[in-house]
Amino acid sequence: MIDLTLILAAGVASGTILLFATIGEIFAERSGVLNLGVEGMMLMGGVMGFWAVQRFAGPGWLVLTAAVGVAALAGAAMALIHAFLVVTLRANQIVSGLALTIFAGAAGLASYLGNDLNLTGAPADFTFGSLDVLGLGDMPVLGPILFDQNALVYASWLCVVGVGIYLARTRPGLELRAVGEAPAAADAMGIDVSAYRYWHTVVGGAFAGVGGAYFSLAILGQWQTSLTGGAGWIAIALVIFAFWRADLCLVGAYSFGAFSALPLILQGRGWLTEVPSEVFSALPYVMTVVVLVIVSTSFAKRRLGAPAALGVPYVREER
Amino acid sequence: VIVRLEPRGQPPRWLSPLLTVLAVVVSLLIGAVVLALVGGDPVKAYLHIIDAAFGDVGVLSDTLVKATPLILTGLACALAFRMRLWNIGAEGQFLLGAWGASLVVLAPILPEGTPGIVVIPAMMLAGTLAGAAWGFIPGLLRARLGVNEIITTLMLNYVALAWIQFWVFGPWSEGGFQQTETFPREAWLPRLTDFGERFPVLSGLTTHLGLVFALIATGIVSVVVSRTRWGYEMRLIGDNARAARYAGVDIARYIIVVFTVSGALAGLAGMSEVAGSVHRLQDRISPGYGFTAIIIAYLAHLGPWRVVVASILFGALILAGREIQPSGVPAMIQGIILFCLIIADAFVRYRVVVTRRATAAA
Repeated sequence: MIDLTLILAAGVASGTILLFATIGEIFAERSGVLNLGVEGMMLMGGVMGFWAVQRFAGPGWLVLTAAVGVAALAGAAMALIHAFLVVTLRANQIVSGLALTIFAGAAGLASYLGNDLNLTGAPADFTFGSLDVLGLGDMPVLGPILFDQNALVYASWLCVVGVGIYLARTRPGLELRAVGEAPAAADAMGIDVSAYRYWHTVVGGAFAGVGGAYFSLAILGQWQTSLTGGAGWIAIALVIFAFWRADLCLVGAYSFGAFSALPLILQGRGWLTEVPSEVFSALPYVMTVVVLVIVSTSFAKRRLGAPAALGVPYVREER
Repeated sequence: VIVRLEPRGQPPRWLSPLLTVLAVVVSLLIGAVVLALVGGDPVKAYLHIIDAAFGDVGVLSDTLVKATPLILTGLACALAFRMRLWNIGAEGQFLLGAWGASLVVLAPILPEGTPGIVVIPAMMLAGTLAGAAWGFIPGLLRARLGVNEIITTLMLNYVALAWIQFWVFGPWSEGGFQQTETFPREAWLPRLTDFGERFPVLSGLTTHLGLVFALIATGIVSVVVSRTRWGYEMRLIGDNARAARYAGVDIARYIIVVFTVSGALAGLAGMSEVAGSVHRLQDRISPGYGFTAIIIAYLAHLGPWRVVVASILFGALILAGREIQPSGVPAMIQGIILFCLIIADAFVRYRVVVTRRATAAA
């Protein structure tokens, strides 16, 4: 029982990385923009957020808040490149996203910045520690899982609720879905298709940036060049798993988090120590494929939830 | 004043190649600005690249060594992309190919002392099969179950890396290091330098037989894609899947076959790299060949012979780029090249129209 609690608590803690990135990608994809640059945007958020923590002076909470802001800006700036290419120039979204990840990713800009700003290896001056706001952290089972997490985890819940309401219950959310499903109809209604796509791609990038900063500031407490190790790609798969809905992201992100935390916890107790570590490092990726296969076989034929215009540039003259 | 993009009906034939060349030039200029910003000397860096990649026969040979795996992985990507299959997994297929070739030597499948004339073809077969298997999986999933191939190929890259790491850290580790022992000479592809005694001009040149494999593969792919019924149907699927379906083409079968062949090409690249250049398996055997291959395929507009030209260009970038400091800049320049290429693409399909606000409103 204690083990299960531990696993779930770790699942929430490490699943939050994916949660932020997945919500961001849902934002972009709902507007019809597929952004494969998540990995690159996350790494930029991770490195710039870490930089802010090392360089800004002030009380811890203020520095960390500012760092999250910097990370969001870094992710948004990367997403802006993608938005310009695919919305304004109507470039191929797949190639542009890949270019973004190559440009900004583990071997590119993020790695350069990490080296140039001397960030690699040093411990963070401030990290997100657990915060027992409601005083419920000692509660059995639920306490460690839900009430003894860090501030960014609580913030991510607000984001899930906020995005869920935004998509389902507000006018901009409705118009956003129209842009993603039938841009020509939305255009005829007087909705600015390009503006919607720009904004949601950029805000989506900001979410990915925060996800990266969560990794460097709440999980690891330091900057490493290949920090995310493919989390950005798993997030893209999770969007499909969550049927483009914010609430289902929670399930997906936390189960992946729990799954990736599981081997560490088991090995800490002396179990499975004879299994090669490479098996565990490959597991999340294998699981992503398996989950994708399951989701695809049962639902893909109906493309449940996928915005109809996903990946298709909108050209008024060609409608 | 409003600036708009207007679709072109039929772009002139010269426009696309012109803009492609222009895109490369512009991205190298942006790269120069980046280099200057990070405190480097762009002129010196580029002169260094030219000198270190094409300066004399020796470095030209090294450039070709780097270009060899790029040609094969580039072909792998170009072939898949031609059918609009996004095989982002050339990296993993390359690794599996390298592993399969190593298996022949290290398992060992063939007894020690088997002559090279037997070992080399066995390694080629094993490497190609391993890569093909790694391409077959996403192909099958995509064709039969509609699973997004971008994500599966990417995930399989990470699985392939873990697989290689398991072998080089574990069973095949040489004294605890992250690499295997050096292969016996029978498992080395012949290099130009091996003929140095008879032709002194060749001594020291590391270009190996893998380049010949790559060029033969290019020829075969080129002929099959543009001159056979199979290639025609494949291109038809890529251009208009619906029309192909009405014409009775079995699309699912093509998806599986193309993915498998694509994986086989990348696997052969891995084999050629371990047998021709590195001569051992190690976890860092690829500096991202499979990802650079995506850019190469795109730069070449998916043309097999143009892949060769683009590969030599990128071989030079990788070879000389190692010395460009600080780290991270070469990948940034690669990303910028890809950005510029898709921008050029946009200008092939659309013309820029500048109108005054009054006429636009009318």
